[in-house]
This record gives sequence, C-alpha cells and structure tokens, in this order.
Amino acid sequence: MLASLVPFYWLVNTSLKTGAELSSGSLFPTQPSLQNYVDVLQDGEFLVALRNSVIVGVVTTTLAMVLASFAAYALARLALPRKGLILAAVLSVTTFPVIAIAAPMFKIWSDLGIYDTLLGLIIPKLTFALPMAIFVLTSFFREIPFELEESALIDGASPFQAFYKVILPLAVPGMATTAILVFISVWNEFLLAVTLTSTPSARTVPAAIAFFAGTNEFDQPIGSISAASVIVTLPLLVLVLVFQKRIVAGLTSGAIKG
Amino acid sequence: MTTTTRTRRRSRVDQQQRRTAVWMVSPALVVMFLVAVVPIGYAIWLSLNVYSVRQAGLSQFVGLTNYWNALTSPEWWEAFRQTFFFAIVSVFLEVVLGVAMALLLNMAFRGRGLLRSTLLVPYAVLTVVSAITWQAMFESNLGLVTGLLRALGLPGGEHVWLAEPGYAMAVIIVADVWKTAPFVALLVLAGLQVIPPDVYEAADLDGASRWQTFWRVTLPLLRPAIALAAIFRLLDALRIFDLPYVLTKGANGTETMSMLAYQELREGRLIGPGSALSILTFATVMVVSLVYIRFAGGNIRDVAKEN
Repeated sequence: MLASLVPFYWLVNTSLKTGAELSSGSLFPTQPSLQNYVDVLQDGEFLVALRNSVIVGVVTTTLAMVLASFAAYALARLALPRKGLILAAVLSVTTFPVIAIAAPMFKIWSDLGIYDTLLGLIIPKLTFALPMAIFVLTSFFREIPFELEESALIDGASPFQAFYKVILPLAVPGMATTAILVFISVWNEFLLAVTLTSTPSARTVPAAIAFFAGTNEFDQPIGSISAASVIVTLPLLVLVLVFQKRIVAGLTSGAIKG
Repeated sequence: MTTTTRTRRRSRVDQQQRRTAVWMVSPALVVMFLVAVVPIGYAIWLSLNVYSVRQAGLSQFVGLTNYWNALTSPEWWEAFRQTFFFAIVSVFLEVVLGVAMALLLNMAFRGRGLLRSTLLVPYAVLTVVSAITWQAMFESNLGLVTGLLRALGLPGGEHVWLAEPGYAMAVIIVADVWKTAPFVALLVLAGLQVIPPDVYEAADLDGASRWQTFWRVTLPLLRPAIALAAIFRLLDALRIFDLPYVLTKGANGTETMSMLAYQELREGRLIGPGSALSILTFATVMVVSLVYIRFAGGNIRDVAKEN
C-alpha cells in the first residue's frame, strides 16, 4: 500500500516546492507554495494540451461507446454466425504494436492532410479503444437476464428496438464503467500522440509532458512538470476512487471474459 | 399453430435477428479493419521500399533489403535482447507481486476496502507521469530512493541511475512493475474469488498446512487467471515504448524494439527501414503470443468458456 502511494506523494511534494528547496531532498515542503501550479496554468502550451486531451478523450470515448455497444450487443445477445471468430479477430487488434501502425499512419495522414490534427489522433485511438470497449461491454451485456428482451421480442419489438428500449437502460452502469476505462486508456495513450503530432497545437497531455521533460536534461523545470503531472492525475484519481468497485469489475470481466 | 409454421416463424425471427446482428457488429469491424489491418499491409509495402521524407517523391523498391539490413545490424539484436530482458523480468515480478497482493486482499481484515482502493492509484496515473515520478525518486542527489539507500548505507545510493547501463533498465522495470502489478493483482483476485470454499475445507480436513494448501490447491486453481494476466502483460511489455522514451530516450542500454523503430522513423526520417523494424516488432509479438497460446492457451480457453 505504501509502495502504491509513496511515489505519488513524492510527486505532490515536489510540485509544492519552490526555488532553492527543489534542490534539497526534503520529505515535505517547508514553505508549501502553489507557484508551480500558477506557472503551469499560465503556460499556454499546457492549457492547449489539456484542451486537446479533453477533446480527443471525450470524442473518442463517445464514438467508441456507440460503435462498441452495437457490436457488443450483437455478440452478447443475438444469433450471430461465427461469434468466436469475430471475437478472436477483435482481440487480435489489441496485440498489434502501435508502432507498426504509426509509420503508415504518418504517411497516410500526411497525404490526406490530417497529420498533426486532432482528427488524425482520434481515428487511430478509436481503433485501439474499440476492442477493449467491445470486450467489457459484451461481458456486461451477458449479465442482463434474457427474459426481459425475449418478452419485448414476443411483443413484436425488433431486435434493435429491444436493444435500445430494454437493454441500454439496464446497461447504464456497465456503460459508465466502460466509458471510464476507455477514457483512461485514451487519456494515457502516448505513442500515437507523439508520432502523429509535430506541433503543440495537436499535442495531448502525455506528449506535452514528455516534451516538457525532455527539452533540456540539465535544466528541467521539475517543479512545473510535477505540478502539471498532478493536475492531469487528480481528476482521474478521483474518478477511479469514486467508481472503484465498478472499475475493478470492468477491468477483470473485460480481461477474463474476453 | 402447427410445428412447421412455428419453425418457419422461428427461422424468420432468426433471420431478422441475424441481419440486425451483422448490421450492428459491422461498423466497429470496418473501423478496426481500415485503421489497423490496412495500415499493417501498407507498412509491409513501405518496408520493401526506400522512401525519403526529405526528398519528397523519391521512392524505390528494394525488396527485402531493409529486413536484411535490420537483421544483420547489431542495433536490432541489442534492442531485441533488451526488450526480452525487460519483458521477462518485469512480467515475472508483476506476476509474483500481483499474486502476493491478491492473496493478501483476499483475506478478511479491517481496511481491506481502503487497501483495494490504493491499488488503483497507479492505474489512474498516466504512464508518462509515472515515468517522471520514478525519475524524481531515483534522482541522484535528491531522489527519495537514492537518498534512502545512502542513509541506510546500502549499495546503489551513489549511482546516477538513469545514466548507467543496467541501472537505467532497473528504473524502467520498477516504474513498469509499480504501474501494472496492481492490474495483475486484480485479475488474480477475481480468480481467487471464484474458488469454491469447500476445496479449502477438504484440504483442511486432510490436514494440509497453509503452505501446502497454497502450492497444491490455490496455485493450480489460479493458473488460468495467472496465465491470462501474464499474456496481457507480456504483449504490452514487448511493445514497451513510453517509459524508455521519457526516462532515457533509449540511451544506456534501454533501447527497445519499438523505440528503435520509432527513432529510425522519426529522427532518421527513414520510412522504409523504420517500417521494416516495426514489422519485425509486430512479427516478434505475434510469434510470442502464438507460442504462448499454444502452451498456455488451454487455460485461457477454459476461462473464456466458463464465462
């Protein structure tokens, strides 16, 4: 438990130190200051990166949820031929090293003129978010009792009506969990974020932080970097701790039932 | 209603259902096909050419030359070795720690919920942020870890960890284990919770010690969950990119396969050789997962079937 928390504590500790104190290894800041936070929030590039991350995260998650809920419903509850094969194909996408996609994507996007744009980031991130969303949702959908939708079907509803009138309302908690998992993985994704962008205008938070950290090895603004890191971590931390039980369920069911 | 009309009606419903199902599953599959499978095919084509970004339009078919160059270069084999070293050590540590954490969490004690919540803290932290955090922890003068090692008079306190081969890799492994051992713990915990209690009662009646129970009962029953966690982690570890990118930029013996391909692509601006390296990375990951599924696949299929 200590091991989980201490590094994060060290980050917060560093972010609250200023000037001379940063060059001492003290266990807590003697004069805690929010100066680093002020600096970071006044830094235009960080704010742009934050905005980019939010846009990319929200758009990708929304699209992934719509497409994945359709696919998962068909896989979990409808008579679809070759289900096993489809699931295996979907799973195999998760084994693709992103680097193998990065080179052709770089070239295709340059030719299409969407290299270094948010759209150019959203499309490939969606592709890697889909398998995860499909697996987690499929396992949530399977847990809903079949009688409900059978009676809807007998009453003359089409399978699609049964899906959005009966199943979707019941699946709201599972959908929320899946959306959080997808959002976190999109927020965290790094390789596409650095290969498909070249300027701060489309850079997301992980890429911005990495460039921040890498500008000059000997003069790293470690205080600002730590503050920026805390800023992007806290919202996720709150989200994860509030939805703790559901997230554990989502992580394990997606993995095991996949 | 006669049986035939009922069957006919049944099959009509089935047909309608099947049509809806195909229609619903297609958009996701099309997106994945267009953005994952097609680019891989294109990457293979690119890897057979030499193409220069600096001199636009200059493209020449060179066959397998890029592969030959990669496979005869010491850089590739060094990256291959580093990646496997990283993957094996970190996945091993993650599984051992993960199982230990899961066993602990499965015991009834006060504050268990709190402990389970703290497990999720590393999960909420961006990998890039965790890299920066561990960089600060191992900072040679001010880092908490190096400071502690010095204070306790243990070896390692005097090292500039990220600037020395071996030590740099150790920091990357620590950062990875910290971030993902909890994930393994959660999967194993889920596996533990489905073990029926009567198995333990039987072991208890037979007079098995706790240690024996663990080795002979718990561990074998956990094997599917462990096998699954291990393959997930292994596939991720073989593709590792972000930790070495932030921590060392691939210096000091931490260049992984993905890093090498990236550097060739991005910094060298060489799409052909870079693509060859990324296809080699892809092939390596595929081969490892196929071999793994061949040997541990039965376990994973069992888990999939149970659910």
